[in-house]
Amino acid sequence: MEYFVQQLVNGLTLGSIYGLIAIGYTMVYGIIGMINFAHGDIFMIGAFIALSTFLLLTTILGISFLPLVLLVVLVVSMAFTSAWGWTVERLAYRPLRGSFRLAPLITAIGMSIVLQNFVQVSQGARVKPLPPQITGGITLMEGSSANGTIQAQLSYMQIIIIATTLVLMVGFSLLISRTPLGRAQRACEQDRKMAALLGVNVDRTISLTFIMGAALASVAGLMFMLLYGVIDFYIGFLAGVKAFTAAVLGGIGSLPGAMLGGLLIGLIEVFWSAYFTVEYKDVAAFSILAIVLIFMPSGLLGKPEIEKV
Amino acid sequence: MTDTPNHRWLDDPILTVEHLTMRFGGLIAINDLSFSIGRGDITALIGPNGAGKTTVFNCVTGFYKPTEGRIVMRHGKGAQEAAVAQATESGEKWHRDAGGAVFLLERMPDHEIAQRAKVARTFQNIRLFGGMTALENLLVAQHDRLMVASGYSIGGIFGLPGYRRAEKEATEKAVYWLDKVGLLDRADGPAGDLPYGAQRRLEIARSMCTDPRILCLDEPAAGLNPRESAELNELLRYIRDEHDTSILLIEHDMGVVMEISDHVIVLDYGEKISDGDPAQVKADPKVIAAYLGVDDEAEIDVPEVRADLSSARKEGEA
Amino acid sequence: MASTSETAGTGTSGAVPQPERETRLARALRESVIAAGLTAILGFFFLALRTEIETGGLVLSTRWGLWLAAIGIVFVGRLALNLFVFGRLGATTRRKPATTGAGFPVAKVLTWGLLIFAIVLPFFFTIVFPQRDRQYIDLAILIMTYIMLGWGLNIVVGLAGLLDLGYVAFYAVGAYSFGLSAQYLGFGFWTALPLAGLLAASWGMILGFPVLRLRGDYLAIVTLAFGEIIRVVLLNWTDFTGGPNGVSGIPKPTIFGWELGRRDGSFNDLIGVPYDPIQRFIFLYYIIFGLALLTNFVTMRLRRLPIGRAWEALREDEIACRSLGINTRNTKLSAFSIGAMFAGFAGSFFATRQGFISPESFTFLESAIILAIVVLGGLGSQIGVVIAAIAMIGGIEVLRNLDFLKAIFGPDFEPTQYRMLIFGLAMVIIMVWKPRGLVSTREPTATLREKKRISSDVVAQGEGH
Repeated sequence: MEYFVQQLVNGLTLGSIYGLIAIGYTMVYGIIGMINFAHGDIFMIGAFIALSTFLLLTTILGISFLPLVLLVVLVVSMAFTSAWGWTVERLAYRPLRGSFRLAPLITAIGMSIVLQNFVQVSQGARVKPLPPQITGGITLMEGSSANGTIQAQLSYMQIIIIATTLVLMVGFSLLISRTPLGRAQRACEQDRKMAALLGVNVDRTISLTFIMGAALASVAGLMFMLLYGVIDFYIGFLAGVKAFTAAVLGGIGSLPGAMLGGLLIGLIEVFWSAYFTVEYKDVAAFSILAIVLIFMPSGLLGKPEIEKV
Repeated sequence: MTDTPNHRWLDDPILTVEHLTMRFGGLIAINDLSFSIGRGDITALIGPNGAGKTTVFNCVTGFYKPTEGRIVMRHGKGAQEAAVAQATESGEKWHRDAGGAVFLLERMPDHEIAQRAKVARTFQNIRLFGGMTALENLLVAQHDRLMVASGYSIGGIFGLPGYRRAEKEATEKAVYWLDKVGLLDRADGPAGDLPYGAQRRLEIARSMCTDPRILCLDEPAAGLNPRESAELNELLRYIRDEHDTSILLIEHDMGVVMEISDHVIVLDYGEKISDGDPAQVKADPKVIAAYLGVDDEAEIDVPEVRADLSSARKEGEA
Repeated sequence: MASTSETAGTGTSGAVPQPERETRLARALRESVIAAGLTAILGFFFLALRTEIETGGLVLSTRWGLWLAAIGIVFVGRLALNLFVFGRLGATTRRKPATTGAGFPVAKVLTWGLLIFAIVLPFFFTIVFPQRDRQYIDLAILIMTYIMLGWGLNIVVGLAGLLDLGYVAFYAVGAYSFGLSAQYLGFGFWTALPLAGLLAASWGMILGFPVLRLRGDYLAIVTLAFGEIIRVVLLNWTDFTGGPNGVSGIPKPTIFGWELGRRDGSFNDLIGVPYDPIQRFIFLYYIIFGLALLTNFVTMRLRRLPIGRAWEALREDEIACRSLGINTRNTKLSAFSIGAMFAGFAGSFFATRQGFISPESFTFLESAIILAIVVLGGLGSQIGVVIAAIAMIGGIEVLRNLDFLKAIFGPDFEPTQYRMLIFGLAMVIIMVWKPRGLVSTREPTATLREKKRISSDVVAQGEGH
């Protein structure tokens, strides 16, 4: 039981990170109908910016009050990663707006290759380790097993991750449902041409979508860095594919779907590793995706597509 | 209807729809609809927007699986009641015997309906293969026969003579239909580049290349100018008379409907409100009501308006 | 980072009212400043700062020079682009007619030229570059492999319009079919080749079957997932596949049972020609050349058969296909499995050429490169695939050999690490420049009187429009 609870907590933590990245995929897909393949790499960029900012603050400026450091890191990495998100859209996707749909997919894959290799060249290929910054936690349960005592622990790190995700999700839902920006975004999702005719600045709305997606991905990057303590230029690919899987699983285009999908993928991975084999955790996640899609072709929370004849 | 018992749709129906119901979630698009179509007739399915006409088409051609009901397509003379009953009982999709064949369309997937039951259709918003030439469009329509002739591609790869002959025949048939719809000059140009009226005609030609027994046309005259409409009427009559093909069409243009139809069925809110020859239908008070609206204007029957009115009245009293 | 297109003004100045007549220079300067500023922001954490791993943890080092240089280059580059390139473009956008009649047959001449060159290629290289012939022929083999893969994927993506992001899985199936059948059953290349094709085609069916209901991007992600699943299984099923160590000692192809080599009883011994390692390269080259030609021949033939027309019709409009009695499920499956079969052939060739295979060779990047070749070449175009494969794969290899740059940037400069960076940039730039690919016209499969090529403006792109 303790083991189960522990895995549940771990799964939710990982799922939160996937969910945050998945929102970026789902929003972009909702508004311009393309898979932003470079989004996983934006997450990686976010993690690197967070790492550098962290080092800048602690080693060069000598600030040691951790909550302040983390807050500044959060803000800085969100801001700078957003600039990357904006630039990618501006260079690789906007010139192809209205073009046929495979073209932006190819530029997205190209951008993904560019970002990975840019970081590899500029920051080196070696894994960057960062010692755990936030230690300790709350013991939820304690029991004994044949091998000694077994605990289910909720670390402070996990609390921070889950709480931040919750806050961002709530804030984000409000942003989409209550503000003029959110309304413009939903209008563009429905019909971009009509929205433009009615005075919505479509280009700016799309740019803002990329900026928001990148900002959320950078939060995920920061949390990934703090949780695992190691990052390299390649973390974006797998995290990106998983997060996209999560977005599709939840029903692409749906924000709650992305979060739900993220949590599910996180849980599946963690439980599969805990109870079966750690090697095949990706296979488990992808197989569940294939199975869900075969029976529910528009994902869990997606709107079913009625075939118009 | 009972006073004219010599209608073909009663004596020799090619297609009968019985108790057809189609629900989308909570919405009932078609409710317990039954009608028959006579062999060799041009039948028009009319009704106001949203009456469920296209849904009937989609059920007949297998694009939707009906919630309830039976749709029977017959090759060969007469109603073939015994064969229909036998197929329905046995759970087969179709039943063939010496007298012909019956097909239970609600049990068949869309491509089998086109291929075996020989029901062809066109679409309200034209669906041509825009990047392929007009000729290619008509060759694709003869896919099944050519596929067999090409030995399921294996013989075709080696260029066997049997396939070459079949392809030559297919091209001849395509040329025949291109000529009939006046598009022979455009045979080698992409279908997507043709003007609207020509695309409509090409779509009809394409469906005729599948050798249908019944041709279902979804608003074939929409967007055509009067001259093109007249040509269309002629083409449809030609198809019916020379190619032994019955025609079922959805149409809003009453001029077209009244001029060429032998039989008119009127739908409103998913139910049949009238069924007969054009003269009967034209005179039917229910049809007039459905098209022109009920004539007592005093009664407002929109729930929102009623609610607004009553609340306004209450405020006035307070 | 400065290749923003000419619409930059409308994008960035939405809020700022533009002066009535901003001179071209002023506008160019303003945009260059914006681009340079953006570079400063983007580059700050990657160029100016660098995290180094030291004993005792990570430390930051700074490289202000590099950062400033990048800003400067972007400023000047953007300015130059604005003044000399963008001004000249734009104004002349005219819609091309949807059909282009017969002018000078560039495509035909190019096709025959390339074909003849491909036939004489090994001899050309041995005569003209006797020092580096092995290297060049090896490169030709690599390019030819990608051409074959591109042609195979072209059936699925270009003709049938099904977006497949996991094509490399079938390449892997082909390679491992040969590798494992050689290891466990002692099969040679020629026995394993049909087996590899057959197995890959069956996997195409098995994987194709469940995903046929899916549309557009759902199909894309599931094929990507299947590709990853196959790779992960190959990686972890150590007992059977050797896991990360792969399969080694895969035999070389023989000539009717005789090996190339010095030993008694070898082919060289038989015909009395002394052995030279170059012969092996030439032999491999002709094998892959033959396989690629076979792929092309079959594809071109299939395009003119009902099955090929049905693929293209499926790409254009699936619903119309169904209304004409075409069984779309079988049509999609046939495209999937025939495409997979060619990947299987190419895979077993890859295994015999390398002599060693491991899951590392079958990553998503490979799928992405093959897809990029197909899309950059122009969907559905056979010659486009050839040009794109030469440009992309040849380009990567050229970048591998940029030793002269060391002379400019000093001995520490390692040009090979910029290879993929430039590759990715090239993908983006080519796509933005020609979104429909290099060869963007479609050739009709049947003609009555006059063959006209069809402009891509009217050709649909398949799934999920």
